[in-house]
Amino acid sequence: MTDLDRPGSDRTDRTDGTDEPMIRLDGITKHFPGAALPAVRDLSLSVPDGQIVILVGPSGCGKTTTMKMVNRLIEPSAGRIYLDGQDVTSANPDRLRRRIGYVIQQVGLFPHLTVAQNIAVVPRMLGWDRTRTSARVDELLTLVGLEPGDYRGRYPKQLSGGQQQRVGVARALGGDPPVLLMDEPFGAIDPINRHRLQSEFLRIQREIRKTIIFVTHDIDEAIRMGDRIAILGDGASIAQYDTPANILANPASQFVEDFVGAGATIRRLTLRRVGDLESLDDWPSVGVDADPAALAGAVGRAGGDFALVLDERRRPVGWTSPDARRGSGGPVGSGLPMLSTLEPDATLFDALDGMLRANSLLSVVVDGDGVYRGTLTLDRLRELIHSDPGATPARPGDVPAARRP
Amino acid sequence: MNAAQVGTPGVSTDPGPAPSLRRPDTRPGSRGLLRHAATPVVLALVLAALYWYVHGQPLDQFERRTLNRAYITRRVVEHIELTAYVTGLVLLIAVPLGVLLSRRSARRAVPVVLALGNLGQAVPSIGVLILLFLVLTDTGPATIAVIAFVAYAILPVLRNTMVGLRQVDASAIEAARGMGMTRLAVLWRVELPLAVPVILAGVRTALVISVGTVALATFIGAGGLGDIIESGITSFRNITLLTGAVLVAVLALLVDWIAGIAEELLRPRGL
Repeated sequence: MTDLDRPGSDRTDRTDGTDEPMIRLDGITKHFPGAALPAVRDLSLSVPDGQIVILVGPSGCGKTTTMKMVNRLIEPSAGRIYLDGQDVTSANPDRLRRRIGYVIQQVGLFPHLTVAQNIAVVPRMLGWDRTRTSARVDELLTLVGLEPGDYRGRYPKQLSGGQQQRVGVARALGGDPPVLLMDEPFGAIDPINRHRLQSEFLRIQREIRKTIIFVTHDIDEAIRMGDRIAILGDGASIAQYDTPANILANPASQFVEDFVGAGATIRRLTLRRVGDLESLDDWPSVGVDADPAALAGAVGRAGGDFALVLDERRRPVGWTSPDARRGSGGPVGSGLPMLSTLEPDATLFDALDGMLRANSLLSVVVDGDGVYRGTLTLDRLRELIHSDPGATPARPGDVPAARRP
Repeated sequence: MNAAQVGTPGVSTDPGPAPSLRRPDTRPGSRGLLRHAATPVVLALVLAALYWYVHGQPLDQFERRTLNRAYITRRVVEHIELTAYVTGLVLLIAVPLGVLLSRRSARRAVPVVLALGNLGQAVPSIGVLILLFLVLTDTGPATIAVIAFVAYAILPVLRNTMVGLRQVDASAIEAARGMGMTRLAVLWRVELPLAVPVILAGVRTALVISVGTVALATFIGAGGLGDIIESGITSFRNITLLTGAVLVAVLALLVDWIAGIAEELLRPRGL
């Protein structure tokens, strides 16, 4: 098992010796006493620094066992575990765990300690002084969106489920560990709050850039949260380890295809944002106060179809009226109303959805201030789906602040 | 016995008002402690009535020998001393034993120890008391009494310690281990604090049991309020008998009252 150059072990992220991933599992195996087959068999996996790697797979595939071997809550039967290049397979497990944040589905807050005391557990074990610990508690509460003045002194039972898991995340980050293990952290939360917590966690991750192993059985959560996804089969064998976009575009096997389920192509649309497209198409447009000649010209350029009407600040307000199309009629006015526009952080899925809803072959794209940027046609969308499988994953809220409305 | 020991009599379990923006106070407030005010008043009234009644009776020579301030005070003090020794020893033995038995490695010893504990409680303590007195001829009666009563009262504390530790939320323990707490730290900072309410309920039961059984100490000459009762029985003096019985009952209720307050004050906040 110590043969590092064994073929088949995962090397995707190691271009040279210095590019050591934050977490590296090398041929780890777990055979529980009394079980016929090993829960995890000869698994090798690298988790690059600062990324979220999702372990996803059917129940009993060994994903949680795999995760718990990283902080050695479960001791591997064979294989090595490397943390930041250091072999921690036989390091003191308690000290190892203080460097690894741990978030579980049931949260497991200590009910007899206040929120602040819960978060301070690891800093205290690390020997931080009172001032530093207290500052860290406030910083983390703010990070997870809980007002410190309001929440420090509360007890866990005085919090909602979502708030408890926020505290759970804050507690896991207490000692500022480089690595975070999350075992279905949002699994026990209602769908609406789960979605919100996922988005917020991604926002937090953009600030803290931790290396994260995230276990879930929900492929949609995996696609939404992961930089990379490892789809695990029996005995935690890796069926595919790739970016969400690649998994959706090129499933490695029938197993992966079945696991991802129907609608992989549609789901891929949720990974790309309108604002990330290199170019948009232009469409003939005319000002609200344009004269009939300009109007006729625009309609002509549109091939006799509706032209876009922009107001004085170039914001789309509607389409030219059918009268204008027939070459008659007076001032342009706002014409037919604009049913919907797309902002840069809308996904291609939103674009397609809008087109289908409005029974239209194109969507109008505006910037954050509502100013016309271009259009996206159904033909273009179709091209994008088929030409560009390895798109950069996009995420809700993953747009630079300057471009947000 | 099980359910009664696990529950915490007298302690309100209603969850209280829903969390609001105002930080709710989870310390047992004055309202909570006020609920305990009735017991001492009633007990004081009972004692006053007893005093008034006994005082109004013409006492003969026999009765006067026991029904005087010095005699009664001495028996009360003896009774409290014996109870304190018994309870102290029970705590010293049963809590660490319960902790040990709740460790995974000791799983096999659990049925054996529980069977012994059950035996201790099933055998009438007067029988154990007399047997020990006959066997341990060189040992003082007070020591023998304490040994016999400890055997009798150990089970509730032992069992509640185990139950209390077992009912601790497994996810809290997993989180604690996952954060890098040592096993000892998990026990000390998570498991025991969370088991305290259940353990205290067991201690309260053991205390009340002990106050009652210590009244038997008189049969081997170890003193206590049992002396007054016994004197009343042997001399056919109902007034003496009544005094001794009422005093034991009042003491038991008083101890239960104090233990109830202690339970409420020692219960960790937030639970």
